[in-house]
Amino acid sequence: MAQRDATTERGWPIARFLRMRSAPSWADLISFLLLAAAAVLIVRGAGEASQPLAALKATPVTLDAARLPEYALRTTLRMFAALGASLVFTFVFATLAAKSRKAEMIIVPALDILQSVPVLGFLTFTVTFFMNLFPGRQLGVELAAIFAIFTSQAWNMTFSFYQSLRTVPNDLDEVSRQFGFSAWRRFIRLDLPFATPGLVWNIMMSMSGGWFFVVASEAITVGNTTVTLPGIGAWLALAIERQDLHAVAIGVGAMAVVILLYDQLVFRPVVAWADKFRFEQTKSQEAPQSWVYAMVRQTRWLRVGFAALAWPIRQIGRIDWSVPRPPALRLGGETSRILDILWLVIIGGFAVWAVAVLAGFVSHTLNWSDVWTVTGLAFATLVRVLILIVVASLIWVPIGVWIGLRPVWAERLQPIAQFLAAFPANVLFPFAVVLILRFRLDPNIWLSPLIILGTQWYILFNVIAGASAISTDIKEAARIFDIRGWQWWRQVALPGIFPYYVTGALTASGGSWNASIVAEAVSWGHEHIEAVGLGSYIANATAAGKSAQVALGVAVMSVFVTALNRAVWRPLYRYSERRLRLD
Amino acid sequence: MTAILDRPLVEVRNVRHFYGKSAESNLLVLDDVDLTLFDNEIVGLLGRSGSGKSTLLRSIAGLLTPTGGSVAFPAPATTVSMVFQSFALFPWLTVQQNVEVGLEAKRVPAAERRKRALAAIDLIGLDGFENAYPKELSGGMRQRVGLARALVVDPSILLMDEPFSALDVLTAETLRTDLLDLWSEGRMPIKSILMVTHNIEEAVLMCDRILVFSSNPGRVVAEIKVDLPQPRNRQDPAFRALVEDIYVRMTKKAAPGEARDGLFPGTGISMVLPRVSTNTLAGLMEAIAGGPHNGKADLPELARELQYEADELFPIAEVLQLLRFAELEGGDLRLLPPAFRYVEAEVDQRKQLFAQQLLNYVPLVAHVRRVLDDRASHQAPARRFRDELEDHMSEEYADQTIRSVVQWGRYAEVYAFDETADLFTLDNPT
Repeated sequence: MAQRDATTERGWPIARFLRMRSAPSWADLISFLLLAAAAVLIVRGAGEASQPLAALKATPVTLDAARLPEYALRTTLRMFAALGASLVFTFVFATLAAKSRKAEMIIVPALDILQSVPVLGFLTFTVTFFMNLFPGRQLGVELAAIFAIFTSQAWNMTFSFYQSLRTVPNDLDEVSRQFGFSAWRRFIRLDLPFATPGLVWNIMMSMSGGWFFVVASEAITVGNTTVTLPGIGAWLALAIERQDLHAVAIGVGAMAVVILLYDQLVFRPVVAWADKFRFEQTKSQEAPQSWVYAMVRQTRWLRVGFAALAWPIRQIGRIDWSVPRPPALRLGGETSRILDILWLVIIGGFAVWAVAVLAGFVSHTLNWSDVWTVTGLAFATLVRVLILIVVASLIWVPIGVWIGLRPVWAERLQPIAQFLAAFPANVLFPFAVVLILRFRLDPNIWLSPLIILGTQWYILFNVIAGASAISTDIKEAARIFDIRGWQWWRQVALPGIFPYYVTGALTASGGSWNASIVAEAVSWGHEHIEAVGLGSYIANATAAGKSAQVALGVAVMSVFVTALNRAVWRPLYRYSERRLRLD
Repeated sequence: MTAILDRPLVEVRNVRHFYGKSAESNLLVLDDVDLTLFDNEIVGLLGRSGSGKSTLLRSIAGLLTPTGGSVAFPAPATTVSMVFQSFALFPWLTVQQNVEVGLEAKRVPAAERRKRALAAIDLIGLDGFENAYPKELSGGMRQRVGLARALVVDPSILLMDEPFSALDVLTAETLRTDLLDLWSEGRMPIKSILMVTHNIEEAVLMCDRILVFSSNPGRVVAEIKVDLPQPRNRQDPAFRALVEDIYVRMTKKAAPGEARDGLFPGTGISMVLPRVSTNTLAGLMEAIAGGPHNGKADLPELARELQYEADELFPIAEVLQLLRFAELEGGDLRLLPPAFRYVEAEVDQRKQLFAQQLLNYVPLVAHVRRVLDDRASHQAPARRFRDELEDHMSEEYADQTIRSVVQWGRYAEVYAFDETADLFTLDNPT
């Protein structure tokens, strides 16, 4: 009875707080300290960001380990701010695309392309824009950095949310229509919860992706002045510039700690919590675990604390934004077809205009030979990406299968593989440069592995997941009929993991293209080595501020990534869906 | 008193509904249906899948607008609520929150919402499960939540869409009995129940009036008043007689003069064929040929013996009829001479026999074979036939029909099929 009161009572949290009886436990104390510390840090970090720009120059970033926690905090806040912006963007645009067919016609293809566009190239333009927005204030640069991170996070989240909205189960849709839910209530009660598990997963992917951009976005060059925002990225940039291996190592360590902390304190609890939104009527075999989440749920004080924090959110959720629904216009087939055509004509007009603007911009400084050069470079990067996917697959598929077939190992190693995928591999690049310089290796070959350094883990953990999903029946049948060796791989393991492998390889391939911008041109102090490819072309053009070249390079890369997805990965995916599933 | 009784709760007049993209390829699912629902009665809509009974229910629920006709609620302030076959519970809400959802949408204040929800949960026998999530409950419990959620908003009419068909036999029976008890004791606030079912016994057990639907297109072919006193006994001879009678009505051939070519919608090549496995066909022929039936079986008896729902048994019987292996008449399925020969035969002979019947009586199979014979390559993409079918039926029906034809033809070795290439061929696998 007491338990029912605690969880179903929807009254003021204070009232509930007063009704509490027992003394706090040790877990209460620790939790309280953690919460209080987080609050203090957030307030401090936010206060610093609103300082004038001059304050930045007065206190430049230094390689002083004592300041590292503060830098780490500033970077983390930036990433979560970008995440917040991405969420708002997601809710607005995904909903728009799901509810309006006309908006969908533009938004979905745009997202598809934005997902594969290397946004790193646009940094120069956006910084100028945001600095003009808040002249002389640090806020402008902060916003520019946050925007850069945002561009690496938003698209896949929006896409996931849109797909969830499109696949809301029919019967639940009918229930909400039958009870006459308002649009807002439907969003709160049906759309948002249904989309939550997919969204949470994509948020985690986005955070990993965001780290990649932190290094680039915290040390921004505008014209010939460089503005450095205090943060881990700036620390690493400075350490690399000064060839201080020791400082790089400390920075990498700090980053690992930050990733571990927010993974344990934020994402694991969120994943464990989001499990209840998974749409399945049967209880899941193994629900995701999180010690923080368990602690919050077991700790009375903390539960009340969270209830107090969640209270405003609940209130917003309960508000009835009873927007009077516009009377549904019943258009005849003829009228709606004409409207569709009109809409297409308008979009087509804009497209022509956009092509004209782009062509004008690019042709001002470039000609056809540039296009051919860039295409050639793109092929060099393409070869690199494909070879590395093959190499990574040859290494990780057997290992992943081995792990996946052993549940004990899989359980232990799966989180590690996910952590490695979240780790921004670009901070390790300086070490590679040192090695290449010392052994006088050919950068065209030896810089290549860096492309896949951060993305290979997607292959590994998808293969692990696939191998663990091979049914016991199949494994037992294979054993009874004594299927082993190549036959076992050909008929049991490979078909079993194939759908999972394709997902992993697709993600790895997309990420590798983006990584090539950072991986094909790497600096170590004044030493600069690069490999021939589209990535280094874009990186160099960005550094030199040649915006036309950047635009051309980015456009060509987008075309390549999209073409690769359409020509290779999607057909493979469809094939695996059709042939390798038994229902 | 009579004045109130005579006033209907729902009046459905001349409702027609089409599914389909355009006016040419559309499928008529409801054709000219009338229905009047009065106070204090349970009415069953009984029919096969594809008879449009769910469509009619959704028209009354306001979930879809029929292409033609009218749905009216003559009495003032008539409200409806619905129970779903799949329960349709929000997995992320607790039992109590699920029950409160409809009240929340109506902006009932929190305290009252809670009071009413707890009362409904109590009424339906879910006390103690208020904080459970649907995934922690058994199927029967979940449907109880669905019922409580529908009742808590005080509807005049309770609409139920095959509410027990996702449950196992025992659970379904308990739930039916509980619901009937609540109904007869007048403990539910509702005035009337309208339920969709394909289970004949369920309809006879629960309903005061049954509307029997024909399929393709859905029409009301019979209206049966059930006067047996509640609680009803399935073993009661009068009960059995009524079930038998409904079976007969549901298997009756279309009246002469109606524009129907046999059993399935569509004519000739463009007949919509159900997906029935050749194994099932063989199994049914064997079951009827031997044992107590000796070639002629009573459908209700057969359904009970084989543990099939009537809805599952009909398509099998009808495919046998299409292939002239059997004949359906008056609720009986009678095997014809080819079926006896089939049952006696060895594997290869069986295939030859089946091939013969297929080529003779399934126009689409004959058509595919003819095309393959005519072509020098002896190959034809399935796409070609699918397109042909889609001129006459929906995409799903075309796909289903092609799949049936693929399976039957492969078994009979009339042709081969390459799934990856989506190609019919005359090759024999070596």
